[in-house]
Amino acid sequence: MINSSSTLGSAETQKSLLQRLPKDTGILLVLVGIAAIFEVLGWFVVEQTFIFNGQRLFIMILQMAIIGILAIGVGQIIIMAGIDLSGGSILGFAGIVAASLAQSSEYARAVYPALTDLPIIFPVLAGIAVGALLGFVNGSVIALTAIPPFIATLGMLVAARGLARWYTSGKQVSFLTEDFAIFGSGAWPVVTFLIVAGVFHVLLKYTVYGRRTYAIGSNEDAARVAGIAVKRHKILVYTMAGALYGIASIVQTSRAMTAQSGTGLMLELDAISAVVIGGTSLFGGRGRIMGTIIGVLILGTLTSGFTFLGIDVYYINIVKGVLIVAAVVADTYRQKRVAA
Amino acid sequence: MNDARKIVLRTQGLCKNYGGVQALKGADFELREGEHIAIVGDNGAGKSTFVRQITGVEQPSSGQMFFDGKEVSFKSPLDAREAGIEAVFQNLALANDLDVPANIFLGREEVYFNLGPFSFLNEKKMLAKAKEGLEKTAVKIPNLRNAIGNMSGGQRQCVAISRSAAFASKLIIMDEPTAALGVQETTQVENIIRRLKKQGIPLILISHNLRQVFNLVDRIFVFRRGEIVGVVDADKTDGNEIVSLITGVKTGVHENASYI
Ligand SMILES: Nc1ncnc2c1ncn2[C@@H]1O[C@H](COP(=O)(O)OP(=O)(O)OP(=O)(O)O)[C@@H](O)[C@H]1O
Ligand SMILES: [Mg+2]
Repeated sequence: MINSSSTLGSAETQKSLLQRLPKDTGILLVLVGIAAIFEVLGWFVVEQTFIFNGQRLFIMILQMAIIGILAIGVGQIIIMAGIDLSGGSILGFAGIVAASLAQSSEYARAVYPALTDLPIIFPVLAGIAVGALLGFVNGSVIALTAIPPFIATLGMLVAARGLARWYTSGKQVSFLTEDFAIFGSGAWPVVTFLIVAGVFHVLLKYTVYGRRTYAIGSNEDAARVAGIAVKRHKILVYTMAGALYGIASIVQTSRAMTAQSGTGLMLELDAISAVVIGGTSLFGGRGRIMGTIIGVLILGTLTSGFTFLGIDVYYINIVKGVLIVAAVVADTYRQKRVAA
Repeated sequence: MNDARKIVLRTQGLCKNYGGVQALKGADFELREGEHIAIVGDNGAGKSTFVRQITGVEQPSSGQMFFDGKEVSFKSPLDAREAGIEAVFQNLALANDLDVPANIFLGREEVYFNLGPFSFLNEKKMLAKAKEGLEKTAVKIPNLRNAIGNMSGGQRQCVAISRSAAFASKLIIMDEPTAALGVQETTQVENIIRRLKKQGIPLILISHNLRQVFNLVDRIFVFRRGEIVGVVDADKTDGNEIVSLITGVKTGVHENASYI
C-alpha cells in the first residue's frame, strides 16, 4: 500500500473491483440464474425456450406492473424503516371509487346515475386522491401517535377493505366507459410502472425527499437532532405511497374493467416481498428502486416459469417464501457486519 | 463579577424531570461572548440532560432560557440550529447509511433551487465543502463517499465535530467529544477547539478529562446530582478543588489520582 490514506481524497479512486460493480449486481445474478434454470428445464421438460419468447416476457411484465407500482410505494416506506400492510386494501377501495366515476350511461343502475360518461380524468384523479388520503391517514396516525407502523397499517388493511365493501354495499362496479380501458391496454401498465419507477428513482437519489427518507430510516434520532421535521416527512412519504396505490388501482380497474371490494387482496404481500428480495433493508436506511424492479421481475419470472413448466402453482409460494427469508437473512448478516 | 462582555446564553432555574427522576434541578447557567466553558461531573450528574434542554432536543419541565439577548424556548433541534447553536451529542447523532457530506449537511442540504422537499441536491457543492471542513480538522478519511457506518469511531466523531464547527455561528456544544478517541485524534479535536476560541465562537465542553478541561477552557461548571454545585475560573482553581466539588467530599482526594 503506497500512501493510500495520507491525504484526504487520494484514495477515492482506489476502489476494489467488487465495489466498482453496480450495486444491484448480486440480485441481478439471482434473476438471471432463475431465468436460466427455467430455460434449461424448458428444453428438457417441455422442449421450448423460456426466455426467448417475447410474448411470454411481455405478459409476465404486464402482470407484474401493478405489483411493481405498489412495491415502489411501500419500498420507500421500508427505506424509512417503516412498513405498510395496507397497499392491497387501499388499491381495492381507490379502485372501486374510481370505477364508480367511470361508469357508462348505457348501464341503467350506475352508482351515480348523474355522473356517468365522465371524462376519464375524473375517475383517475379520484382514485389517486383516495389513495393519497388513506396514505395521509396512515402517515398521520404513525407520526402523531407513537404506535408502530405495522399496527397502524394493519388497521388500515382491515378498515380500507371495510370501506370498499360499505361503498357499494358489497356490489361490484362494472360497465365502465370504453375510454377508461386505456390504462390497462397494450403496454400502458408497463409504461405507467416505468414512469413511476423513474420518478421515484430520481426522487430518492437526487432530492431532499430521498435524503430525508434514507436519513430517517438510518437513524431517526440523528435525523431529528439534525433538524429534519421527521413527523412531517413521515406523513409525506406515507401519502406519496398512498397516491401510488391509487395509481395502481387505476391500472388494475382499467385492466379488469370492473371493481369489487375484494380487488387487490394480499397484493401488499407480493409488493413487500419484491422490495425485500430486491435488497431493501427492513432495518431501514438502505434500498434502491433498481433493486425493487429486479425483485418484481424475480417474482414475475417465478410465476411465469412455474406456469410454463406446468408445475402446480402452490409450489411458487414455497419458493417465494424461501427467497424472502434468504433475502432477510442476507440483510441481517450485512447489518451485523456493519455494526461490528 | 463585573464582566463587560455580553451574555450569550443564560438559563434560570432550568429543571428536567423524567417521570419521577429529577435529572436537572434548577440550573442557573451563564456563558459570555467568546467564552469557553467546561461542564464536569460524575456519570449521571445531568450534563447531557442539560445539553438536551438547551439544544431543543427536549423541552425543560420548568425554567427559563435566554439566548443572544432574548428569551427563547426551542420547540425542536431545528429551532436551536437556526438560532446558531450546534452540538456534538454524546451518542453520535449520525446516519450510518449515509456518506460523509450527507451527514455533514443533514437537515440543511445544499440544493440547486428551492422546491421544498423536492429540491435537487447539489452533491458537488456539499462534497467540496465537506472536504474543506474536514481538511481543517486534519482528519484522515480515505473516501468521503463511503457510508459513515463503515468508518472508525474516531473518524465518525471527527465528522460530527466538523459538522458542528462548520455551521456553528453563535455557540457550539460538545458532549464528551474525545471520550472514544486515540491520542492523535484527541489532539486534533483539541486543536479545533483552540481554533474556535481564536475565532471567538463560544463553546461548552463536557469532559471527564480534567487535564483537558484545564488546558482548554476559561471557566468550569460542576454538576452533581442534577445541580450546579460550583462555578470556578480555570486559572484560579486546581484539580483537588474540582474533584471535591464533583464528589461532594472534601477530604480523601488522592494526590496521585489519575483523573487529573
Ligand atoms: N430519557 C431519560 N429517561 C429517564 N431518565 C433519564 C433519561 N435521560 C437521563 N436520565 C437520567 O437522568 C440522570 C442524568 O443523566 P445524564 O445523561 O444527563 O448524565 P451525564 O451527566 O451526562 O452522565 P455521563 O457522564 O455518564 O454522560 C441520570 O440519572 C439518568 O439516568
Ligand atoms: Mg452524558
